[in-house]
Amino acid sequence: MFEIDDLKKGFGTAGARALFEGLSMRVQRGECVAIMGESGVGKSTLLNCMAGLEPADGGSIRLDGSELVGLGDDALAGLRRRSFGFVFQAFHILPHLDVAQNVALPLWLLDVDDAEADRRARAMLERVGLRDRARDWPRELSGGELQRVAIARALVHRPSLVLADEPTGNLDPGRAAGVLDLLLECIRDAGAMGILVTHSQAAALRADRILRLTAGGLLPEAERT
Amino acid sequence: MSRVLGRIFVASLARRRLATALSLFAIALGVALGLAVQIIHGAALDEFGRGMRLLAGEADLQVAGPRDGFDDALYGRLAMRDEVADASPVVELEVRLPAHDRSLPIFGIDALRVARVHPALMPQVDEARRDGAALAALQSDALFLSPAAEAELGVSAGERLEVLAGTRVVSLRVAGAVPGAGQGRVLAVMDIAAAQQLFGRSGRITRIDLSLKPGIDVAAARDALAPGLPAGVEVLTPRASEALAAGLSRAYRVNLTMLAAIALVTGGFLVFSTQFLAVARRRQEFAFLRALGLERGALMRGLLVEGAVVGFAGGLLGIALGHGFAAVAFDVAGGDLGAGYFSGMTPALRFDLPASGTYLLLGVLAGLAGAWLPAREARRMLPARALKSGDEASMFRFHPRPRRAAACLAGAAVLCLLPPLGGVPVFGYLAVALILVGAVLVLPMLVRGVTRIASRPRRALWRLANARLAAAPGQGVVAGAGVVASVALAVAMAIMVASFRDSVDRWLTAVLPADLYVSASPQGTSGFLDPAALARIAALPGVSRTMPVRFDTVRLDDRHLPVSLIARPLDGGRLLPLVGLATPPPVGEKPAWVSEAMADLFALGAGDRLVLPLGGNPVAFRVAGVWRDYARQQGAVAIELADYRAATGDLVANDVGVFLAAGTSFDTVAAAVRDILGENAVRIASPGEIRARSLAIFDRTFLVTYAMEAVAVLIGLFGVSTSFAVLAIARRKEFGVLRHLGMTRGEVGRLITLEGVLTAAAGTALGLVAGTAVAFVLIEVVNRQSFHWSMDLHVPFGGLLVFAAIVIALAGLAARVSGYQAMRGSAVLAVREDW
Repeated sequence: MFEIDDLKKGFGTAGARALFEGLSMRVQRGECVAIMGESGVGKSTLLNCMAGLEPADGGSIRLDGSELVGLGDDALAGLRRRSFGFVFQAFHILPHLDVAQNVALPLWLLDVDDAEADRRARAMLERVGLRDRARDWPRELSGGELQRVAIARALVHRPSLVLADEPTGNLDPGRAAGVLDLLLECIRDAGAMGILVTHSQAAALRADRILRLTAGGLLPEAERT
Repeated sequence: MSRVLGRIFVASLARRRLATALSLFAIALGVALGLAVQIIHGAALDEFGRGMRLLAGEADLQVAGPRDGFDDALYGRLAMRDEVADASPVVELEVRLPAHDRSLPIFGIDALRVARVHPALMPQVDEARRDGAALAALQSDALFLSPAAEAELGVSAGERLEVLAGTRVVSLRVAGAVPGAGQGRVLAVMDIAAAQQLFGRSGRITRIDLSLKPGIDVAAARDALAPGLPAGVEVLTPRASEALAAGLSRAYRVNLTMLAAIALVTGGFLVFSTQFLAVARRRQEFAFLRALGLERGALMRGLLVEGAVVGFAGGLLGIALGHGFAAVAFDVAGGDLGAGYFSGMTPALRFDLPASGTYLLLGVLAGLAGAWLPAREARRMLPARALKSGDEASMFRFHPRPRRAAACLAGAAVLCLLPPLGGVPVFGYLAVALILVGAVLVLPMLVRGVTRIASRPRRALWRLANARLAAAPGQGVVAGAGVVASVALAVAMAIMVASFRDSVDRWLTAVLPADLYVSASPQGTSGFLDPAALARIAALPGVSRTMPVRFDTVRLDDRHLPVSLIARPLDGGRLLPLVGLATPPPVGEKPAWVSEAMADLFALGAGDRLVLPLGGNPVAFRVAGVWRDYARQQGAVAIELADYRAATGDLVANDVGVFLAAGTSFDTVAAAVRDILGENAVRIASPGEIRARSLAIFDRTFLVTYAMEAVAVLIGLFGVSTSFAVLAIARRKEFGVLRHLGMTRGEVGRLITLEGVLTAAAGTALGLVAGTAVAFVLIEVVNRQSFHWSMDLHVPFGGLLVFAAIVIALAGLAARVSGYQAMRGSAVLAVREDW
């Protein structure tokens, strides 16, 4: 389970101005939650706090019972390596690695041996429909294909939590739906948790729950309406 | 366009402050070194030429012979010739000053004739000390000093100056000055008859300066006079004398200029690497500008202007630095930069406008050349593709060019076979350039090889580094080519200098076989050991045998400088460091051994006939072998002392080598020699002292070379550092992703360091190989053609390995430090930027 309690984050000198505070939420295994909100309300900052990439100013973040707030940089990196997967709006596929190597990258960081890493990467590529593109270079792929590679990379090491920041923001609506369905399906199949930050109502509706980030906190979409 | 130029292109230089500053500084250093060498040698050559013209005065022709001089009866015969308006005889002497531990050039002149031919040497009697003498200048002990000599020796009119004549110390009276000699020239003048008598030159002069009658053609007069001259005496125009003398230092000057040029080329390369990486980073910006309607040509021009601006600013800074370097070098090493070509002169530093303009232009050209390939790359870019993420990776897919590399190396081999142009090893330098280009072309292949080795370890960092270098070998090439060039240069110079020093050391051991050396005047003319002195030394207790040495010069033709003549017991050549086999002459013929320089300059080889002018007569010798001589660049010939004495009747010696009997101490015999010859009359040294002194001079000569080499290596390391800095900044997003995926800052830092070390290792390995090849060219072609001496290859393996390890470590450190800056920013911000 992923739990946030009374989370606080500010900006300016020493976090003088509150961006958000008193945020709490729970995500269960196999569940995908979408977070929506106006621009500048702090959605991406919240995502970064969840990943330990930005320090919270107060509150608690726990992944499967382990507290993230207060951990050192290296410990957080180790946690991300084992338990987190990321999908970015701009894909961020490394151009000097081929498709299979990009997918295998998290396994390399976990010191999985080459043959096993390659086998698992190929299996993930098959899962996202790119079995035949394993040895292609990223520049040879379309935007939709690149995001499928990113999904495979996010899940290949069987993380507990996948964080996706506008994962379909760079895709046309037709492809966006397919890619998003694939992402959510993969997360559910893996028994992982998914948190999706998006502007898109259509994308958010595919999640199990929608939370809206406002000045008052994280509110369930139904409650808000 | 001008607004776009200013705001988009030139303004980007200000945004990339560190890279721009390093490129600018590298070009400035290259310009400064080249300009400083030019200014120093220009000033020294000017001063040298002024000195030569001063001594030639109004003469149209100079009749010159060996250093020991020729019969002064020739003067009377030439003065009577129809073509000659005035003739002035001169005795040139290098006189040792025992109290000052230095020598002083003294010109014995005819005071009644000197005013008409070389007025600058006219002595001016100090009126206060005339003492009523009507012809004070003709008095036998009267000496006249130039202002510079007065200042340097601290002696003025009325005081006395001790000089060495043979082994006697003689006191001369400073009777006045030579005001026409100017401020920078240390010399003295005395009456010719007094000089001849005092220094044992009765009836001999060294030069006759002739001024021709109006309307007489100089060349025709020269042709008319030449046939009547004795053997070993030539008639030359003052300009030809000056050119011959100045030509002696030309190879050295060209060598230093080439080193400076390499520094400038390295600076240009730095512009290339920073511009190339900047173009990679700004690829989407350029694609956007192209989409907005900027023409391909305008984009290319804008990038070329960036390079030119860096070159121009670097050039301006280099001009200021160059004049500063020159001023410091004048103070520290003198006008010859320690090489000994222009000793005794004090050239003045001045702003050199033409040279400054030329080097400013070279700075701009270096900047333009560095920007050319990146600009061309940007010009070829397809905007639609470049707007897409990751397209800049295509810039780094360098293709190996094995054929071009092989062609460069084969071309270098062919160029090594070609002779010098005008005494300058132009083709040798071109071969060095081709080897460096070939090495850089080989680099992509080597980087691939390194990545294969690097792929063996299964650690994630190694795999990532391997993947990056394999997919984008261009990055390795851009960063590693600077390492290749600077390591190759440093290795080549280290091997060349080590080989040279080792060869000089062994040569000194070979040419100094005796246990003790007594020198009356080192290769000079005023001090000598007469037969009585030689006999007394030989008769000293503890002396087993002696080896007198007589030095002189001989003129073989009017196209070369006089060559040194060394007459001493040679034991059939066994006491010389021969190169190749000795060829004893047929019975009845006299053997002569020529130095490598003489063999080259006069196209002589073992078995050839050689006629030497000795005692005014041509004497036939047979070349019995070629020997190695690092002391006399203009050439030297060694003959048996007995043959010399038989031909000339000259029984004096300049030096004598003393072999001690078993059990005799050096100090005992040295003290005995001083007792019989006087404390200040001779110098006594052991072979070890002479060797140490000679090697110290060697090291001083190469001091400037070392300094310039260090600057070139420094610029190369700048290049590595800049390349990694720019690469690290360009890869911030990649590092951001890796941080998201769980890499710690330390791991990212180690990744960057690993890539830097692998790249530097490939560059250093190639630099070691290329440097060895360049050293071979320097030793076998450049030195051979420049200075005409050979040397044995000596590779300082230990030193090179330490150097290689330091370069690799520094490159890793540079990469790490550069990467640190890139990782300082938030990983979140890095990935938020558009890829």
